[in-house]
Amino acid sequence: MNTNENKINHPIIKMRGICFGYSDASPILKDLDFDFFRGDKIGIIAPNGSGKTTLFHLIMGLIKPVYGEIEIFGRTMASETDFTDVRHRIGLLFQDADDQLFCPTVLEDVAFGPLNMGKSRKEALDISRRTLAFLGLSDFEKRITFKLSGGEKKLVSLATILSMEPEVLLLDEPLSGLDTRTRSVITRALTEMDVSYIIISHNINFLQSTTQSTRTLRDGRIVADDQVHVHVHDHAHVHGDVPHHH
Amino acid sequence: MIEEPFAIGHSVIHTTDPRIRVIAAVVFSFAVALCYGFTSLMFAFAVSVGSVLACRARLGQVIKRLALVNVFVLIFWFVLPFTYPGGATYSLGPLTLHQAGIVFAAKITLKSNAILLILIAFIATMTLATLGHTLGRLKVPEKLVFLLMITYRYVFVIAQEYQKIIKSIKIRGFTPKTTLHTYKTFAYVVGMLLIRASERADRVYNAMRCRGFKGTYYSLTEFRADRRSWIFLVTVFTATALVIAMEFLFRF
Repeated sequence: MNTNENKINHPIIKMRGICFGYSDASPILKDLDFDFFRGDKIGIIAPNGSGKTTLFHLIMGLIKPVYGEIEIFGRTMASETDFTDVRHRIGLLFQDADDQLFCPTVLEDVAFGPLNMGKSRKEALDISRRTLAFLGLSDFEKRITFKLSGGEKKLVSLATILSMEPEVLLLDEPLSGLDTRTRSVITRALTEMDVSYIIISHNINFLQSTTQSTRTLRDGRIVADDQVHVHVHDHAHVHGDVPHHH
Repeated sequence: MIEEPFAIGHSVIHTTDPRIRVIAAVVFSFAVALCYGFTSLMFAFAVSVGSVLACRARLGQVIKRLALVNVFVLIFWFVLPFTYPGGATYSLGPLTLHQAGIVFAAKITLKSNAILLILIAFIATMTLATLGHTLGRLKVPEKLVFLLMITYRYVFVIAQEYQKIIKSIKIRGFTPKTTLHTYKTFAYVVGMLLIRASERADRVYNAMRCRGFKGTYYSLTEFRADRRSWIFLVTVFTATALVIAMEFLFRF
């Protein structure tokens, strides 16, 4: 493990004074501070365009902050090579599964990450098969990725991340456009795994059942979600098993 | 979209090691492309037809593909007999036909059809994905193989984007006419498609980087050349040798 990480209560992701934007006039993130600890399971619920996806891309090193410092696993992130290790240990699930899946067959796609991490072919295949089985996708190995349905694509995308056995998951709208069954597979997977994660979602019920707390982004900063008051009440009606809002 | 009507099957050819098939097809096609004798070309054509029969492809589909190529060959038939002088001449109304031109056109026809048929029999009988991995194993530059695979994957996504745009202009009552408005709309469609494709490319590349991609693409496919595959290779090489021998023996 890295230098600072063993210290008790030292965040695994630490962001200080992060500014990011495509123009100075309207920055997306402004002087953002963020601490994420091992074992944290948090949700981010915020309006469109408030910089949630940008936050994830900053953590993965896909974009660089204009100002500010990012420290991940106890190491300050400076160059592209610093992020190589981060990408092996943090898995990002993209909003659009079509961006994530690019191999002709499902098995190849799931094995892509492990192979990049230097696993042998046999190890990569083993872990890919285990991951697919975990998500109930055992029959999917030989399926052609672009011929899958939207829900299947999403689950396979998740498998391509999980097969790298990440310590942290960043999930960008994991439920959008999915049916009840696929949603419940994702919810179950998240509650069963021993992994820290951040979920961006608009679905309050989902965040309630999978996360410890929710945050929001306001004026380019992460703040405790004190504006949203969630109250759960039980009642019955037709299609009641479909996640919904009232 | 890209259909692969011949890719799935259980014939002798389908079950042969893809690497062997690619090598066989390349060697045979090169030999045929360099031959000029009628006898050797006839023989090569016969070998190709035999191979297509052996892979038990649906003949309707084969003919459909041949027809496409022969449209271009037909152009040679319209031009060569009148413009390629040599040998006996025949008059056809005001036009003069040259024997040499007719022979030349016939040779081109045989040659192109022989090559196309052998490619259908040996190469089209594997999926594009398999072909990609095969080329990788045969030491074709990694980047080219990668390009082939990525193209194959995303051509469908881009086609979907195209369908989406077309639908969205249709529901707003667009019908193509010969007007400036039509041309402008099509230009927008093409432009939008390019932008979306390039943005998609960025996102895909980012997703790949997130999964540790560093420029090397590992393949999971394992190929095994069994005894039958080697027999297959020897058979095709023998046929190729015969084509070349005929080229030198019968100079017609």
